[in-house]
Order: sequence, then structure tokens, then C-alpha cells
Amino acid sequence: MSTASQAESSPRTYLRVLAALLALTAVTVLAAGVNFGAPSINVVIALAIASLKGSLVALYFMHLRHERPMNAVIFLTGMAMLAIFLMFCFLDTASREPVVPSAAPAAQAAGALRPSSARILRAS
Amino acid sequence: MSLSGAAAEPHTEQPFLQHHFALPEQQAEASKIGMWLFLVTEILLFGGLFAGYGVMRMLHAEAFHQAHAHLDRALGALNTVVLLVSSFTMAMAVHSARRGERRKLVLFLALTLSLAGVFLGVKYVEYSHKFHDGLLPGRLYAHRGDATAGQFMFFSFYFLMTGLHGLHVAAGMAVIAWLLRRARRGEFSARYYTPVDLTGLYWHLVDMIWIYLFPMLYLIS
Amino acid sequence: MTGRNYLNERRGLWSWLTTRDHKRIGVMYLWSTLLAFFLGGVFALLIRLELLTPGKTVMSADTYNKMFTLHGAVMIFLFIIPSIPAALGNFVLPLLLGAKDVAFPRLNLASYYLYLAGALMALATLAMGGIDTGWTFYTPYSTSTGGAVNLVTLAVFVLGFSSIFTGINFIATVHKLRAPGMSWFRMPLFVWGMYATAVIQILATPVLGITVLLLLMERLLGIGIFDPKLGGDPVLFQHFFWFYSHPAVYIMILPGMAIISEVIPVFSRRPIFGYRAIAFSSVAIAGVSFLVWGHHMFVSGQSVLASAIFSFLTFLVAIPSAVKVFNWVATMYRGSISLQAPMLYAISFLLLFAIGGLTGLFLGALATDVHLHDTYFVVAHFHYVMMGGTVIAFLAGLHYWWPKMFGRMYSERWSRVAAALIFVGFNATFLAQFVMGSRGMPRRYYNYLPEFQPLHILSTAGSWVLALGLLIMAGYLLASLRRRPDAPPNPWGGLTLEWQTGSPPPTHNFERTPRVEGGPYDFHLVSEEAAAGRQR
Repeated sequence: MSTASQAESSPRTYLRVLAALLALTAVTVLAAGVNFGAPSINVVIALAIASLKGSLVALYFMHLRHERPMNAVIFLTGMAMLAIFLMFCFLDTASREPVVPSAAPAAQAAGALRPSSARILRAS
Repeated sequence: MSLSGAAAEPHTEQPFLQHHFALPEQQAEASKIGMWLFLVTEILLFGGLFAGYGVMRMLHAEAFHQAHAHLDRALGALNTVVLLVSSFTMAMAVHSARRGERRKLVLFLALTLSLAGVFLGVKYVEYSHKFHDGLLPGRLYAHRGDATAGQFMFFSFYFLMTGLHGLHVAAGMAVIAWLLRRARRGEFSARYYTPVDLTGLYWHLVDMIWIYLFPMLYLIS
Repeated sequence: MTGRNYLNERRGLWSWLTTRDHKRIGVMYLWSTLLAFFLGGVFALLIRLELLTPGKTVMSADTYNKMFTLHGAVMIFLFIIPSIPAALGNFVLPLLLGAKDVAFPRLNLASYYLYLAGALMALATLAMGGIDTGWTFYTPYSTSTGGAVNLVTLAVFVLGFSSIFTGINFIATVHKLRAPGMSWFRMPLFVWGMYATAVIQILATPVLGITVLLLLMERLLGIGIFDPKLGGDPVLFQHFFWFYSHPAVYIMILPGMAIISEVIPVFSRRPIFGYRAIAFSSVAIAGVSFLVWGHHMFVSGQSVLASAIFSFLTFLVAIPSAVKVFNWVATMYRGSISLQAPMLYAISFLLLFAIGGLTGLFLGALATDVHLHDTYFVVAHFHYVMMGGTVIAFLAGLHYWWPKMFGRMYSERWSRVAAALIFVGFNATFLAQFVMGSRGMPRRYYNYLPEFQPLHILSTAGSWVLALGLLIMAGYLLASLRRRPDAPPNPWGGLTLEWQTGSPPPTHNFERTPRVEGGPYDFHLVSEEAAAGRQR
């Protein structure tokens, strides 16, 4: 296995990465306690920090920084596919009424048009 | 297309080199590609759980908000730290293997294994608390006095996601223990340490999954 | 060719069960998937028998539900998805690349054993009362019904890993084990097709894995994700299920297209038209296939916004497929066509796949799909692409590589008889279904209005002709195995590397590592005698 062709991080770099990861962990715990207005902002911040941590692990611990690009392409393709799946599921859920409303079924017993059917009729 | 070229080379000097590969680097790179492809399947497997969790959270925001308060943030953060350090020791193990430093390799593998054990130990403590309080998945849920109904679903996801993750930690421990045994017998060298390298990749992914699990389950409200 | 080869070099059952030779693993897959095809076919014939009359003909309604569920599950998971990649692909891919084996031979064997385990688990459900959910396992029925749903979902989980391991193996092999001189654009197009298939296998199958796991947990623990009574969302199940199952149909068709790209140039004696277009279209199909799964859900309660986006993307995915069809036909233009069995199937493919693909557009358009969803129109559409497409292509590949795999030629005359019967029988069976579907005959229905009966009778009669053709095919192929090994190394005059070694090949594939200096379809560069000299 020719080691000369592949550069690698030094133990010092690994330690620095660990320090950064631990610091970011502290940040994410603290940020979770802060009220930024909308709860979705907390979600975005938490995901952003997690992605930063994940990138550090992938780039340094998993050697993506120093290796052939193909491995990174494989990893990013997987993440992209996951993103597509998540996006479409959330988009669909957000743009329709839930299948069973979490409120009591009393409203439906009254015979009113269910909101989802009303929306389809309005759209056509 | 024509046929020409030397006959197959003997692979006797490099017993780890399989017959269908011409060069050790070729074999090592192929193994790496294979491992990354497997990791992508793991990403999508867990990703499905994240998708389900995300959608159900959208639909039952209040129930999920109240349920997550039962989780112990301190223990969750502790486990995060434990796994991050274990990723560091694993990276150091691979680094040592690459330089043929057998003693350090054994040391770092043993450290990683121990930290993984600590992780599972903390999880055991957490799970015990949940069992004691009746905070269980699905129809096993037995907690009383909930302000909002439907909190069982949060715990369905909590146990599914951390459970599947825990299974992966346990499997990782088994593989690392096996590597430890081989390392102590001197089976790895600067020329051949692919199993250590590949296990390292797996372990870092297990860490990465927890990096996302922790805020999603424990922190977000 | 009676020398030592991969079949006779080591003998005995144990040598087969512990083999790491991709050719032996491919052969084991071949027999297993053909057995699954036979089993699925028996279920199909029984379904068609029952549908000869409205109401009960030979079985109860419950049995009927189990019959079509098992027909679908067996055909999809045990036959179509593994057949071309794992049976033919395993055998031929390393040969086409000039390699000695796939990248991970032990993983390959593990993949086969996972297939066996999953298959046995799935077939065990037959003895346990079967399943009646349809192969799509939609919730909430599948979370609440009895039967062997748990076992079947576990079987699917195991089979998924078999598929994933094959995909991992193929991608690593294509990246790292090409012969010297074989650049990416000198690879045979079969390899491009298998590569694109493998990408889908890796990205899509895990989501199926988590779907069945969640289904199992819903059944065992009531976790609440898909069950509306618990606050779950059954449409979410469909998103999960179809995120895999739509790309899965491209796992089925891409290998079929890959075979057609091999057969048509050889039997037209012409270089393929638009090599790069075909290569890139395989990758494009793989990519876009992940963006269209919602077209199975237009009437399920999915939001109108999501449906519109999915419909638009569905139209896009037809384009690379059309590019291929045009290029194959253009390859044949002014070629020197020889109508032997592989080519007969390839030409059938062009017609049948075109029909299947075009009818997909009716289903991809929102307005028409509202009327056609869950009718026989859908059934006919997917049988045209999956059977008229993939299975016909599989048969083309089987007849093309049979001499290479087993060292024997089969009866030319009987192969033409079978191909004709299969073509006629197939069209009789499924054209009738387009008609009845567009007139409102629902799918999966046991009972039906009397006005549909003539079409059902026609369809059933067609299924018997189809079955006859397939039986004849089985007959002459098996008979060929009893002949002496008489196949020459290159019976069809192909230019790809598998024809540069014996039929059957030696265990290590090539006596010397090939060195590649030209493209795989350079018939225009080959001399007259070599072009005409197909050795028989």
C-alpha cells in the first residue's frame, strides 16, 4: 500500500478537529436554550451546527480531504438523495391537510366538507 | 480489441493481495469505494427514520415538544462527547496502523472499544429510566398524566432511532474487538491495514449519525 | 471446446456452494431466478384461469387475493430485480471488462446466500397462509391484517441486502478492474447500464429496508407512524414505499436496455449509433428515476402541488429512454441484420418497450391518471415494460450468452418457434388489458361486470400461448445441455472481450490479461472476412 501518494492529517490536526467538535457541541447545547423567535430557527441552527460537525468528521477523520474525489462524490450523492427524499415528504405533508386531524372528529360528524376536498375543488 | 500482455503475476510475496487484483493500491482503493457505498446505504437507512420523525413532528408538534422534555440532556451530551472522543481515538488507530506502529494501534483500538462500551452503558442507564417511568414505544407506553395525547409516538421514534443506532454501535464494537485481536497478533502493517481503515470509516459514520440524532431528539423544542 | 473450464475444473456440490467464481455464482443465480420465474408464472396462469368468468371460477376470493400478491412479490423480488444483474451480469461483467472476477468475490457469494435466505422466507409464507395485501403492502390494511406479513417483510429486508451487495460489487468492479486500455468510453454499453443500475440499487434499496422495518414495528408495537387511528399517516407509507419502488423499476429496465445495446450492434454488424448518448442516458435515467415516485400516488391524498411536480418530472424521464430507442433503431439502419434468437428478442423488445413506455405517459398525466389509476390499463402498462421490456431483453441476453456460459448451442429452429409464440401470446394477453382498463375494469378485482368477459377470455388464451412458448424455450435450452460442448468461442462474431476467450471460459477468464485498443462495436474497422465469418 503506497502511503507516499496519499497525504494524511497529523495527530495534531486530529486533536484540533476534536476540540472544534467538542466546542460546537457546547454551542449547540447552549443555542437550544435560546429563544430566537420561531421554533424553526432553532431547528435550522441545530441542523447547521450538526452539518458543520459532520463535515469535520468526514473531511478529517474520514480522510475525504486527502483522498481521491470519488469517495466524496459517493458520500455527497447519498446525502443529496436523502435531501430529496426529506424535501418531498415535507413538501407534501406541508401542502395538504393531515389524513386524520389531530382535533376530535366532532367537526366531521356535522357533515361539513372536509378541508382537503374543498381545496381540490377550489383548485380546479 | 485485442489480447496481449503479460501472464498473471505471482501474488506470493503479498499474501493479502487477492488473485484478481494486480496491485495492492488497486485492491485498497476498491475496498474503500465499496465501504463508502455501504456507508451511503446506512445514511439512507437512518435517513428514512429522520424523514418519518420529521413528518410526525410536523403533525404532532405539541405532543413531541412535551415528550422530549423527559429526555436527559446531560446524558445525551455526555454520550455525544464520548462518541466524538472515540472517533478521535479511532482516527488515531488508523493513523498508527498506517505507520506500522503496532502498540499504538492496539492502544487506540482498545480505547475506542472502551469508549463505545461507555456509550452503551450510558444508554442502558437512560433506557432504564424510561422503562421505569413507562415511557415506552407504541402500545407499550404506560406513562400517566400527559397534558397532550400522542406522546407515545415520540418515544416510538426515540427507541427506534437510538435503538438502531445502538445496534450499530454494538456491531461496531464486535468488529473493533476482532480487529484488536488481529492487531495484537501482528496481522497489520504499513503495507496492509485495510480492515482497520474500513472499520474506521464505519465508526465515524456511527458517530456522524449520533451528531444528528442528539440535537433532533434531545435539544430541539 | 472440451478443455478445462469453470464448469469442470472443480467438481462436486461443495465446490459450487463455496465458490468465489463470479461465473459459478452467476449460474447459481440463473437457476434460482428461473425457478422463481416459473413459480411466478404458475401464479399468473392461475390468476388468468380464475378471471375466465366473473365470480368464482376455480378459487375463492381470498385465495385470489393471495395469488396476485404472491405473483407480484415473487416476480418482482425473486425474479426481475435479481435476474439480469445477478445472473447474467455477474457472469458477464468481469469478462466484458477483461477482469478476473468482481471486486469482492466473497461478498458476491454472500449476496447469493442472502437471496436464497430471503427467497426461502418469502416462500415459507405460502405454507403459513400467504399474504393478501398486494405486493405494495399499503397501510393501514397491511398493518392490521393477519397472515404472514411479518415474515414477508423480513424476507424483503434480507433480499434488499442481497441487491445492495451486488450493486456495491459492480460499482467497485467498474471503477477498479477494467483491463489496461479500457477507458470509460471504451466500455461496452452493458457495463454502463449495469453501473447505472447499481447506483440505483445502492441509493434506493435502503429506503425499502427502513420501510419494511417500520411496517414491522407498526405491526408489532403500534408505533403510530402509518396508522391513522394512532395519528399516523398512511400516505407517508406510500412515500416511503415508492421512493424505492419507483427507482426499482429502473433497476429492472436498465439492465434490459443494457443487453439490447449489446445485441443490436452485433446482429446488425454495425457500430452502435450514439454511444455516448446511450451511456449518458443510462445515468440520466438513474438520476431522474429518483424524482418521480409520486406519480404512483396521484389519487392517494398527496397534495396537488406535489402531484403536479411529480407529473412534470415523469415526462422528463421518458426522454432518455426515447433517445435509446431511436439510437438502437438507427444502429440497425443499413446494417446486415441476422435474425437469430437474440436479435428476434431484441427487435421484439423495441416494439413492446415502445408501447409500454408510451402508455406510461397516459399514466403520468394527472387528468388521465385519475381515470386509469388502479385499472387494467396500469397492469398492461407495467407488463409491457417489465415483461415486454425486461423479460424479453433477459431472454435476448440468455440466448446471446448461453453458448458462452454453457459451451453449447441450442436449436435455432425451435428458438424461432418459441420467440414467435411468446410474442403473439404476450400481445394477446396484454393488449386486451389496455382495452379493458380504459373501459374501467379495475385491477386486483376477483369479480367483474359481464361486459368485460370476452376481453378476459382473450387475455387468458393469450397467457396459454405465452406459457407454451416459454415451455418450448425451456425444453430446447435444457436439451442443449445434453449435447457435447460444441460452441465456438465466438459464435456471433462479437467484438467485446467475452468472445476472446473460450466457451465456456476458464476459471480465471483469460489466459492473458487483455489489452484494449479500440471500441467495443468497431464493426466498421473489422475486415470483410472477419465481419462475415461468424463461426458456427
